[in-house]
Amino acid sequence: MKIEQWFYSLPSRSRSFFHPHQVDQELKEEVREHLEQQVRENVAKGMSPEAARTAALRTLGGIAQIEQQCRDARGGRVLADFVQDLRYGFRQLLRSPGFSALAVLCLTLGIGANAAVFSWVEGILFRPYPAVTHQERLFALAGTAQGKTGAEELSWPDYLDLRRSCTLCEDSLVSKITGSTLSIGDHAETAIGSIVSANYFDAIGVRPILGRGFEPGEDVGNDSHPVVVISYQMWRNRFKGDPEIVGKTQRLNNVPHTVIGVAPDGFYGTFVGWAMQFWVPASMEETFESGGYKLEDRDARWVEAYVRLKPGVSRSQAQQEISAIAARLDANYPTSNRGRDIGLWPLWQTPFNNAGTLLPTLEVMVAVVALVLLIACANVGNLLLVRSIARRHEMSVRLAIGATRARLLKQLLTEGLILAALGTAGGLLAAYACRHALVLLLPARSGTAMYLPGQMDARVMSWSAGICLIVTLIVGLIPALQARNFDLAEPLKAESPGVVGARGRAWLRSILVISQVCLSFVLLVGASLLLESLNKIRTTSPGFTTTSVVTTRVSLVAAGYDVPRAKIFQDDLMDRLSVLPGVDSAAFAQVTPLGYGSYSSTPIAVDGYNPPPDERPAIEYNQVSPAYFATLGIRLLSGREFTRNDNENAPLVAIVNRTMMNRYWGGQDPIGRRLQVNGRWARVVGVAADSKYESMREAPTPFFYVPLRQDFARGPALYIRTSQPLPSMLAALVREVHALDPNLALYEMITLQEQVNRSTSAQLVAVTLVSILGALALLLAGVGLYAVMSSAVAQSTRELGLRMALGAGAANLARLVLSRGLRLTAGGVLFGIVAALALTRLLGNLLYNVSPYDPLVFASALAVMTLAALSACLLPAWRAARTDPARILRD
Amino acid sequence: MSKPSDLVQGTLDMLILKILALQPLNGWSIGQRLKQISSDVLGVSDGSLYPALHKLEHRGWIRAQWKSSESNRRAKFYSLTRLGRKQLETETANWNRVSAAITGIVKLKVKLKEA
Repeated sequence: MKIEQWFYSLPSRSRSFFHPHQVDQELKEEVREHLEQQVRENVAKGMSPEAARTAALRTLGGIAQIEQQCRDARGGRVLADFVQDLRYGFRQLLRSPGFSALAVLCLTLGIGANAAVFSWVEGILFRPYPAVTHQERLFALAGTAQGKTGAEELSWPDYLDLRRSCTLCEDSLVSKITGSTLSIGDHAETAIGSIVSANYFDAIGVRPILGRGFEPGEDVGNDSHPVVVISYQMWRNRFKGDPEIVGKTQRLNNVPHTVIGVAPDGFYGTFVGWAMQFWVPASMEETFESGGYKLEDRDARWVEAYVRLKPGVSRSQAQQEISAIAARLDANYPTSNRGRDIGLWPLWQTPFNNAGTLLPTLEVMVAVVALVLLIACANVGNLLLVRSIARRHEMSVRLAIGATRARLLKQLLTEGLILAALGTAGGLLAAYACRHALVLLLPARSGTAMYLPGQMDARVMSWSAGICLIVTLIVGLIPALQARNFDLAEPLKAESPGVVGARGRAWLRSILVISQVCLSFVLLVGASLLLESLNKIRTTSPGFTTTSVVTTRVSLVAAGYDVPRAKIFQDDLMDRLSVLPGVDSAAFAQVTPLGYGSYSSTPIAVDGYNPPPDERPAIEYNQVSPAYFATLGIRLLSGREFTRNDNENAPLVAIVNRTMMNRYWGGQDPIGRRLQVNGRWARVVGVAADSKYESMREAPTPFFYVPLRQDFARGPALYIRTSQPLPSMLAALVREVHALDPNLALYEMITLQEQVNRSTSAQLVAVTLVSILGALALLLAGVGLYAVMSSAVAQSTRELGLRMALGAGAANLARLVLSRGLRLTAGGVLFGIVAALALTRLLGNLLYNVSPYDPLVFASALAVMTLAALSACLLPAWRAARTDPARILRD
Repeated sequence: MSKPSDLVQGTLDMLILKILALQPLNGWSIGQRLKQISSDVLGVSDGSLYPALHKLEHRGWIRAQWKSSESNRRAKFYSLTRLGRKQLETETANWNRVSAAITGIVKLKVKLKEA
């Protein structure tokens, strides 16, 4: 329609739409007025009033028909038809409440699973930081090194240089997660917070509700600005909402900090996984980070940063500029920055928080819930088909009395819409209830639960509305497909008896069942592959003993120990532990394997090894105390452990792992050879077996160890190899520590197995979610199979009776039904195997040492599927076997 | 019952537009005028007049207003919109072209017969 015409017809259209009753009233009045005028005319011609009226009515014709034709001509029926269809649809649904409830339940499950997963995707990946402005332009910033996969943190000087030189960045900010001991009154608690750049609150557009954010310059210097902004929750819970909080002093890690502000409610910081409770400026780094003052050290990589790009700047443009800056740093500071680049990551791939960890799981979940939705739709379509047979009569009658096929289609779509809308409403409620459920799947750490909220925002809502429309189409069109070749004469023919196993009308439902079985089989295979992976990952040895070793930390940093005092304490504690009953051995190490902390890394040089020009060997290492290898059960292939004699006054020594030996010494025993670490030469005294350092799935990497005393840190982790159960070991350790200093506290004590479990929690989440949804899918497919088989049996009672009368036994009939059900299942499984072979590769790095084509996994999925199919067909088969031939033949 | 052909249907629309181009009228008067002009040849019943009026209004070619008639009774008066006037011009032009063509064909046949 041309725009002009549309404009001119608008008044008429809108009146028909908004005031249908008034339009109808006026139409009646108009026709009546016409009639009256005709009557007056006739009377004027000399007729009697009665004759005049009769004549007028005759010339006009049927008033009701005229009115109806006028309404049709106005085209204003859309809304009225829709309301009528809606009313009729509801009546239809209420007539069979069991069917309706089942259909709505199926859709609620299907749509709810989608809405929940999308709310997680939104809340964790796309819009992870509620209250932060312009998240769509926010990117994570992290360094990369040549010859090393994955990202690492930046150094503070590098960050400052980048901030100064980046012209395409609107803002850049630092937010590094840290923990603190927080003492209020006489009890101490741990809290999670962020070390941030001074521009933090301005850059993310968050205004403290009390006090202020940080001022420029507060992130400069060493421990020079002990100020803190606390979260709304902390203000409410720990400070009882004290309105005079600003200006008060709070000890954090034993350093008095002045509270300068309270963050607004609904702001949880900028770290996916935990809700931040406080923010301190970067100048306080040494108080919170172990490893000394790092703000002037380009080798100390600890900064987790974000940039917000200027509007209209693409990621690749910005990446180009940032890489150019990194290249300049590489040229200016070759010792620290050689071969290093800086990368931009979208928020959902942020390498340093749980977004990156959960990304593969959530990706798989998006695909999985789509499958579940399809299964649910197929199920509801199936139910509708079963019902449409019962409604055949109604449809034929409506066609016979003049309804158009389009009108019937509209009716079917409206009924689909009702089901889909109810399912969507239910699904959204379910998703809202599940928005925090992801956290439940992750192990709590020292009493602090993770914070992984789903976000039910406009985008999730509109996505769900889109799903609702798709479901409407599917659910509405499936019965329409059946009604397509509807024959007016059909209901006049004798009710054609359904035949078990015949094609005929059942083809559509068979296809639906086959696709349900196929999709659930894919999910079953996926779930078992993930389960197998989790099993493998948790039973594979990380290269160190996990079961009889416990680990914890002593709050030396928080208690304000300086380096000399910390050294004395560590020695004293070791002496006490060595004579403690039940302790086999004990050691310290700076970084816990598979933990969140990051290893130190250093450029190295090796005598006799000439690196190719593009290789800048930079290797990670750990600072460990004597007896570390004995305690963790890491085998020494040659040489010796560190001893107490390897101290700050002794010559520097190092222990390398096997991969490092192979790479840099060509597999020759390197004992006695030199290794340059941080610019100083150390002598290799031992070779350790390879183990896992950062993740269970890493390939063997070169790695080495130096004595803790020669690269000292105040807050190392303590490891104890013990045969005692954890609680009694903890109690004994607390006694020993308090004997040395009653003011010290212990952090959470866990076994190394627990450490491994935590590092693989993403796998656990994936397994749990896929298993739940796989079970759901199996259930839905079972219901679908049951519905098809039982309605097939119900419709072919005549045939069954006949067969029985001709001598078929009950067992024969049961077998007939079972074999049809199993044939459908077999068809579904066949397609399922093909689909699974194509799709399971998508599980990608969620799989661990399991082939996506593992025959055992496929076999077990097949077994489960067959079992489910058998139980779904059992009741229909039993019913078929109980057919009473006499009754059938009588009827 | 066969549907009125498109030609007749279109003709009715054009006639209504033509009538309303002279002055706004109510439905009854339009019906009277139709009978006068076409001398009942077209056989437009009052019954088919109203759906046609509502269709034209829906298309934006005419607009309706409630006014008092001469006998001081409320009646719905239809008048032409600017768009309707344009439509009338197009349809008149079309009609002239088509009728000229048909007349030509008919005359041709007559000539053929004579020859």
